[in-house]
Amino acid sequence: MAQEHKLEIFRGLWKFKSNTQKIWGVLLFLSIVTTVEVALGIIKPEWSMGHVLGMKILNWIFIILTIVKAYYITWDFMHMRDETSGLRRAVVWTAIFLILYLIFILLQEGGYVFEVYDNGYIKRDF
Amino acid sequence: MSTAVAEGKTWEGGNAPLKVSYGKMMMWFFIVSDALTFSGFLAAYGFSRFKFIDAWPIADEVFTHFPFFHGVDAPMYYVAFMTFILIISSVTMVLAVDAGHHLNKSKVTIYMFLTIIFGLIFVGSQAWEWNTFINGDYGAVQTKGGNILQFGHYVDKDGEQVFKRVAVRDFAVTAAHQDRTQHENRNGIWFASEGALPAYTMDEVIHGLQANKDVLVRTQIINEHGEKTVLSREESINQIMKNGKLYVEGANLHVNEYGSPLFADFFFFITGFHGFHVFSGVLINIIIFFNVVLGTYERRGSYEMVEKVGLYWHFVDLVWVFVFTFFYLV
Repeated sequence: MAQEHKLEIFRGLWKFKSNTQKIWGVLLFLSIVTTVEVALGIIKPEWSMGHVLGMKILNWIFIILTIVKAYYITWDFMHMRDETSGLRRAVVWTAIFLILYLIFILLQEGGYVFEVYDNGYIKRDF
Repeated sequence: MSTAVAEGKTWEGGNAPLKVSYGKMMMWFFIVSDALTFSGFLAAYGFSRFKFIDAWPIADEVFTHFPFFHGVDAPMYYVAFMTFILIISSVTMVLAVDAGHHLNKSKVTIYMFLTIIFGLIFVGSQAWEWNTFINGDYGAVQTKGGNILQFGHYVDKDGEQVFKRVAVRDFAVTAAHQDRTQHENRNGIWFASEGALPAYTMDEVIHGLQANKDVLVRTQIINEHGEKTVLSREESINQIMKNGKLYVEGANLHVNEYGSPLFADFFFFITGFHGFHVFSGVLINIIIFFNVVLGTYERRGSYEMVEKVGLYWHFVDLVWVFVFTFFYLV
């Protein structure tokens, strides 16, 4: 049962001879990303402490790198790259839409509750 | 019904509309629903964190331990190690799937075995992580309002004044006379029970604080430098005497020496739920491993079962990547 694998990542920038090689390549990439995350988390560079859209630049970097890792785990380890576009969209779009929606509502509400406490309408520190 | 029987039929799973077998497609849809469950938990964590955005514990100060390196301040190194272990196990899993495509039984066996081993290392690490978190290290005082007051003092480090935490056990003055002993139902009211009493009474903490002139109190509130606020000496004693209610050490579902109890609740719930996934993943992997060894899939002529359990295993890794980010990094 020979299966077809797409053997290039980074939009064809990095090509592999076999599926096994691609797996090791992706592992290398994921390890580098994790190392960068941990290094940034320990050093906490001064430039990354500024705020963009209500959150630290460093935290944005962490979230973006996490999504990058999630992409490569799904696409190469779970072989989403080799599935039909129908299956891919059914799984990925559904999940992403619902998760974004859920996160939006809950974080919005959390921020609101914080404001209520912060403006002193309700006292919780006594 | 196996696909072999239904081959050629339009219904009963004979037709594969997305060029993927029934089992694999259903595994994908299970993963979608499970992903939504985890997002629900993580989003609820985000809600609570946004609710207490100015007083949330700083993960770097909570998870600072590394096995066999006692007293060494090693923020995040151990979790980074755990992340790495899980990614490696994902790689061995995908190598097993790949070997399965080539119907290479011995290679599938080896890689499945390695995956199980790495999975067990991960679960063990998580148990250690829980144990460290539950035991705590410095101890703190909980106020009447449920806030946490921690202790520390300023030390000179490379010509700079750095705030260093001090454990309550190092400065509390232990009184010879205890106010009361723990209630036990065998010599008290038989239908009532009581958990362990705190290691120190408030009086002992207050006396210790008064005796040690350099010890200061640190509150939960995060200042503009992203650090917890340290009170002045008078303020410290005042806060402890006026608001201090209970000495707490470590974390459980009710109290948490590191800050908001919600942090501990979510930590136990989310990492616990994930750990349960890893644990069941290891069990499923073991079953599949024995099927591989017994030659079930070789006779079937297809290692698709390995692929399906592989999908689940990668999903567990995927979830951990997010848990790692939102619990330890952000």
